[in-house]
Amino acid sequence: MTTADRSMGLALRAVRSLAESDLLDRVGLRKQVEKALYNGTKEGFRAAGAAGRTFAAAQKLGRPARQKKAKPRELFDVTPDEDQQMLVEVTKQFAAEAIRPAAQEADHDSKTPQELLEQAAELGVTILGVPESLGGVVAERSAVTSVLIAEQLGHGDIGIAVSILAPGAVPTALGLWGDADQQAKYLPAFTEDNAPAAALAIVEPRPLFNPLKLDTTAKKEGTGFVLNGVKSMVPRAAEDELFIIAADLENSGPALFIVESKTEGVFTEPEPGMGLRAAATGRVILENVKVPADALLGGGDLAVYEECIHRSRIAWCALATGAAQAALDYLIPYVNTRDAFGEPISHRQSVAFKISDIGIETDAMRLLTYRAASRADMGRTFAREAALARKLATDKGMQIGSDSVQLLGGHGYIKEHPAERWYRDLRAVGVMEGALLV
Amino acid sequence: MAINLEVPKKYKPLITQANQVAAEVLRPISRKYDRAEHEYPKELDMLAAVVDGVNEGSDALGGAGAAGVRGEEKADAGNKNGSNMATVLSVEEMCWGDVGLLLTMPRQGLGNSAIASVATDEQLKKYGGKWAAMAITEPEAGSDSAAIRTTAVLDEKTGEYVLNGEKIYVTSGERADLVVVWASLDREIGRAAIKSFIVERSNPGMKLDRLEHKLGIRASDTAAFRLEDCRVPKDALLGNPEIDTKAGFGGVMKTFDNTRPLVAAMAIGVGRACLDETKKLLKKAGVEIDYTAPANTQHAAAARFLQYEADWEAARLMALHAAWMADNKEPNSVQASMSKAKAGRVCTEIALGCVELAGTLGYSEVELLEKWSRDVKILDIFEGTQQIQLLIIARMLLGKSSAELK
Repeated sequence: MTTADRSMGLALRAVRSLAESDLLDRVGLRKQVEKALYNGTKEGFRAAGAAGRTFAAAQKLGRPARQKKAKPRELFDVTPDEDQQMLVEVTKQFAAEAIRPAAQEADHDSKTPQELLEQAAELGVTILGVPESLGGVVAERSAVTSVLIAEQLGHGDIGIAVSILAPGAVPTALGLWGDADQQAKYLPAFTEDNAPAAALAIVEPRPLFNPLKLDTTAKKEGTGFVLNGVKSMVPRAAEDELFIIAADLENSGPALFIVESKTEGVFTEPEPGMGLRAAATGRVILENVKVPADALLGGGDLAVYEECIHRSRIAWCALATGAAQAALDYLIPYVNTRDAFGEPISHRQSVAFKISDIGIETDAMRLLTYRAASRADMGRTFAREAALARKLATDKGMQIGSDSVQLLGGHGYIKEHPAERWYRDLRAVGVMEGALLV
Repeated sequence: MAINLEVPKKYKPLITQANQVAAEVLRPISRKYDRAEHEYPKELDMLAAVVDGVNEGSDALGGAGAAGVRGEEKADAGNKNGSNMATVLSVEEMCWGDVGLLLTMPRQGLGNSAIASVATDEQLKKYGGKWAAMAITEPEAGSDSAAIRTTAVLDEKTGEYVLNGEKIYVTSGERADLVVVWASLDREIGRAAIKSFIVERSNPGMKLDRLEHKLGIRASDTAAFRLEDCRVPKDALLGNPEIDTKAGFGGVMKTFDNTRPLVAAMAIGVGRACLDETKKLLKKAGVEIDYTAPANTQHAAAARFLQYEADWEAARLMALHAAWMADNKEPNSVQASMSKAKAGRVCTEIALGCVELAGTLGYSEVELLEKWSRDVKILDIFEGTQQIQLLIIARMLLGKSSAELK
């Protein structure tokens, strides 16, 4: 079955289940939904947002819980602490033994196996940003820990890594900027079994996208807001139950809004890309979506929004670093054993020097990413460092993806080897904004 | 243990000091000695005395040769930020001032680094406090330093080594007190027979042929010598006099693991000077760099600047990383070569790119950008060219010998 077939299937299933529901008639929504479905089918295979669970606060919090900031460190050091080393080891093993073997099929199926998602959830990698008092696993806020883990998952496969990590961006955002009520309402679901899929949706489908200049709008209406716009390349869009949506708040600039998928006017449609296919990316379409006043995250503070952008960039850099290292690790044995003209091709400088360059730039990407993350942990400014890390990961990551295919020659171009996937996935770093957070 | 890539506070005074020297002593005479090639920058004598004084008290302010690789054994198992890092930091600052002048800083030559690294206590006593240059390259042997033809023959009667050969590209060769000369004890054996010898500059067997006229770093003299029956005492040999074919070249090359991050630091200093100046000029022209807006939504010049800055930042962190490894006694050959390869190429690109961005202001001698872009090129050449670094890195990553990967 092709992707289009599958998407059609999904869309049809959604149509059927909506048509059968007499709920629409009872609340007088049939015309509206039919119109939406008509437009959706015309434009793509649009479906209403996932039905989703009901989020409700089980307890009331006096004030928001926050993870502790890391203590400032005096000495230059590139060694992870003991807890981090342990987490890295476990994640590394998981990436090598579970993710990589599943990567080709997940890419082909545009879906990460449920089993893998559950295993990852058990490792706790999606709730690193949840304060301990609300069921989180780590006491100290650590972008570095998130980076180290993303790097290892990215070594396994970027698409699956995005699938695993994307829902974690929502609790991380709530942990960082949510108020007491928002945390009480939404965070508990993420620490339970069967945690919801969720996504941080920032990027929009247009050239020269700038996260500070959004087309998606939020207008004040009554005590709440009305959202309109289109979000692009949202991981697992069809199954996401909760979104954090970036929208331009009138007279105030870009801000983040908590939107439940089942809210009226939220639609999704598949948007497969050249890469990240295992993450089942899709568009989220907001048509007059009404959200209450308490949907606004971080009080609409521009500094919060910018911090979110910068943290997201660091996460993408971590994935790129992991994939670049994976490429290097894959290429070395290949060029050492592939013979041409009577000796391994690695005996030629034109091949060997490419290996050197990949080694150099992978190290470079890693160091820039670590620096940005550690500055974030210490409460220092990190916009510049995140921007530079992103620039380098965008340029060199793409180059490494391309060189990986090139060094494998014809083998690089076919799906038997992972290089063509790195080629497609590494291009995402310069395109994506949002979706992940550290 | 925790990941932190910031420069520790304890080095702030050192950096400030070096920056002041760079801004107030080096920059003002930069253009003067770029024009007056081969003229000795007498201003440096006073500065060198200050640097010596500072180094008595703290770690390392000064040139490439300020710190050797000697270093005491690690006192405890914990993380250490030591003299290698301090030297990288101060070299960066000084070269932000002027790399040519740093290279000719009295008593801070590459030879000093070699001596500090491998000299015995007696040799240290005898030669300490003197200015030592390094003579490796020959007309027929550049990057392939194992192919050098200069010979050293032990005269059993007098107990002296007799050196014969030709050396070129000796930085500070005219001005130094000593020249550390690489020569072969037995050309049949190859690299293992190559040893370094300390030759007094006043030795009559060492004859200055000429001083080179160069593209850049003109403040630093570059000498060519002939060694004609140049006799040196037996104890002028640095390190082990035995020919150990197993240890091979390692001993002599060891110095480079520690000086490569320093050459990287030089490039990083020049690169930063270019970026600082260009940022100012762009601002005047109405272009400011925004770190939140994506590069491609900004002015093309700003986007290019961001690319340069990202590469520059990478080079800097790589040099610090390599130095940090040296401070912690971790083998850092790969990282040392990587840092030099990255810094050499990106800083050359940055400097030339900044000239373009600044237009004729960058190209003319009104500003220093054109000078920096001439100076920086040598840093991608000496102490192992870009191509040699890539070769070294590739051999290590691929696990190949020099016979397999030529």
